Amino acid sequence: MAASARLGFILLLMPLLLWLTLLIIIPHVDMLMLSLRERVGVGEYETSIANYKTVLTEPLYMRTFMRTAVMSILATLITLLIAFPVSYYIAKMVRGRARSVLFLLCLIPFWVSELVRTFGWMILLRETGVISQFLQWSGLVSGPVEMLYNDAAIMTGLVYTSMLFMVVPLVTTLDSLDDAVIEAGYDLGGSGWSVMREIVIPHAVPGIVSGCIVVFMLSLGNYLTPTMLGGKDSLWFTEMIYSQFIVRFNWELGAAFGFMLLFASSFIIWAMLRLTGQTLERTMG
Amino acid sequence: MKSILFRLTAGVASAALLAGAAQADTLRLLTWGGYAPDNVIAKFEEETGHKVEVTMSNNEEMIAKLRATGGGGFDLAQPSQDRIEGPQKEFGIYKPLDMSQIKTELFTPSMLEATKKNSTVDGEIYAVPHIWGTSGLIVNTAEADGVKDYTDLCDPSLEGKVSYRLKRPTLIGFAFSMGLDPFEAYGDEAAYTEIMEQVEQKLIECKPVVKTYWSGGDELLNLVRSGEVVAAMAWDTGGWKLNSDNADINFVAPTSGALGWIDTFVLPAKGKSDQAAYDYINFVMQPEIAAMITESAGNFTASKGADEFASDELKAQYQGSFPAEAVDNIKWYPPVPAGLEAIEGGILDRVKAAQ
Repeated sequence: MAASARLGFILLLMPLLLWLTLLIIIPHVDMLMLSLRERVGVGEYETSIANYKTVLTEPLYMRTFMRTAVMSILATLITLLIAFPVSYYIAKMVRGRARSVLFLLCLIPFWVSELVRTFGWMILLRETGVISQFLQWSGLVSGPVEMLYNDAAIMTGLVYTSMLFMVVPLVTTLDSLDDAVIEAGYDLGGSGWSVMREIVIPHAVPGIVSGCIVVFMLSLGNYLTPTMLGGKDSLWFTEMIYSQFIVRFNWELGAAFGFMLLFASSFIIWAMLRLTGQTLERTMG
Repeated sequence: MKSILFRLTAGVASAALLAGAAQADTLRLLTWGGYAPDNVIAKFEEETGHKVEVTMSNNEEMIAKLRATGGGGFDLAQPSQDRIEGPQKEFGIYKPLDMSQIKTELFTPSMLEATKKNSTVDGEIYAVPHIWGTSGLIVNTAEADGVKDYTDLCDPSLEGKVSYRLKRPTLIGFAFSMGLDPFEAYGDEAAYTEIMEQVEQKLIECKPVVKTYWSGGDELLNLVRSGEVVAAMAWDTGGWKLNSDNADINFVAPTSGALGWIDTFVLPAKGKSDQAAYDYINFVMQPEIAAMITESAGNFTASKGADEFASDELKAQYQGSFPAEAVDNIKWYPPVPAGLEAIEGGILDRVKAAQ
């Protein structure tokens, strides 16, 4: 009996194990080996840490790396600032049908692909685009305005792309907060701000943290948005990985870049959890 | 439990068998957009009974795809002739052609010989030519009449109205335009690095003039068509396409020489239906079929006699962009030695990062 239960357990676990080994562990081990290889001649390779040395010593790569991390953190914070009031409104202020409609409105942009959404922003922001023409028509500016191809455009795109992934966890956690608790806060003489600070936000922390993790990961790994909206100054780490692999045939350096990105995202998330005093189990479970 | 597992394995095995059988006369073609138009494919399928699966790509992606599978997944690919010797030596992703299977009389002899010479590794021939064209300048003459050469793209009066790609053709074009000869230095990594460093300085100096570095053909055409960009570095076909819409815009062969490329046919190392691949090569090199491809791709082919079938508009545009001396001045890409991409990659990354 015990033996067959054990067998059943193993078989049930099999799909997960296969998934993890075949799609995650084996490719990563392969990448790691690749990143520890150096090309010494035509078709000849040697084991070395030269690729990591290149990443760390070439100021350009480190700068791009830092820039990607900082901009992703910034994008996460901006997303949080915009998404929190929206989620609070959806979860606490409206009821019934209006609530589903509002939630649906947040979802609708995600029915089209990311590429199309990014194109939408390009149509709005470009020199001959909708906003520029409206400004000229209304007489606010005299000539065409270029709003594309800069960091602000990248940031707008990133925030827009990841908004939903912040709203959903926030609405869920805020929803689980009993209205009576908020009322009690006011009854005890709390102001709007102190209720928010002492009751709502502490309750929402797991939702905030899990939303931030998802948004941060999405921004850090985003390729389309920075490349398309950033133009000539769009330096993004994933773009560098792509070009090493595809354009330069330099898989070794590309693999090293990939591992740097993995370490960086793991480290930043670990630091974020430590700072907020959360654990992965609490935020994700 | 056991029986489910058994059935599962049996199912997977039979699916694999079926897939294997179905591939026997399926031609998996890895090519460029426009090179395999639907009408040509339909005609080929009807005449030969082979089925064709088309995957569209570009040079770098083709090689990256074939490298990832060790030359599997496709039966026929079309990289440029300068991307055959290096990748073959380094990664071994192609297999030698059996020239007896190819109707060589269909090809323009000079082009066939040149491609054979450039794609010979260890005495074996790896490629035959298909489509050729050039890259140079697309200029809106109403707004930027002064642009005659690549370095004219740095003219401060054009600030915010210029675009080019951040890829190797730009490096090569600028080098020629600056009076250097990068092709001469292909075999000498130190000399090549030195040339590329001069180009890097120039490109960084020119960066404020650039609106954006384009990455896709359609993106550039949109920029030029809308008037946001008045001078760009691009392919001849893009210029001719725009010329049909707006007579002010045309492709200009730069004074230092347009850069010529030839896209070829190669067999990937692990291709499964070589016969279908040879059939396809012989099919598309027939003059009438080649003319249909010219119609769709906008570029001329290496098929002998196909030019007669080309449209008059395209012929006129070609002659407008290429006076006789400009044709002689075309710089054909020699094979890229393995390892040069790493040098160019560093340069391109630094240009992109420059403020």
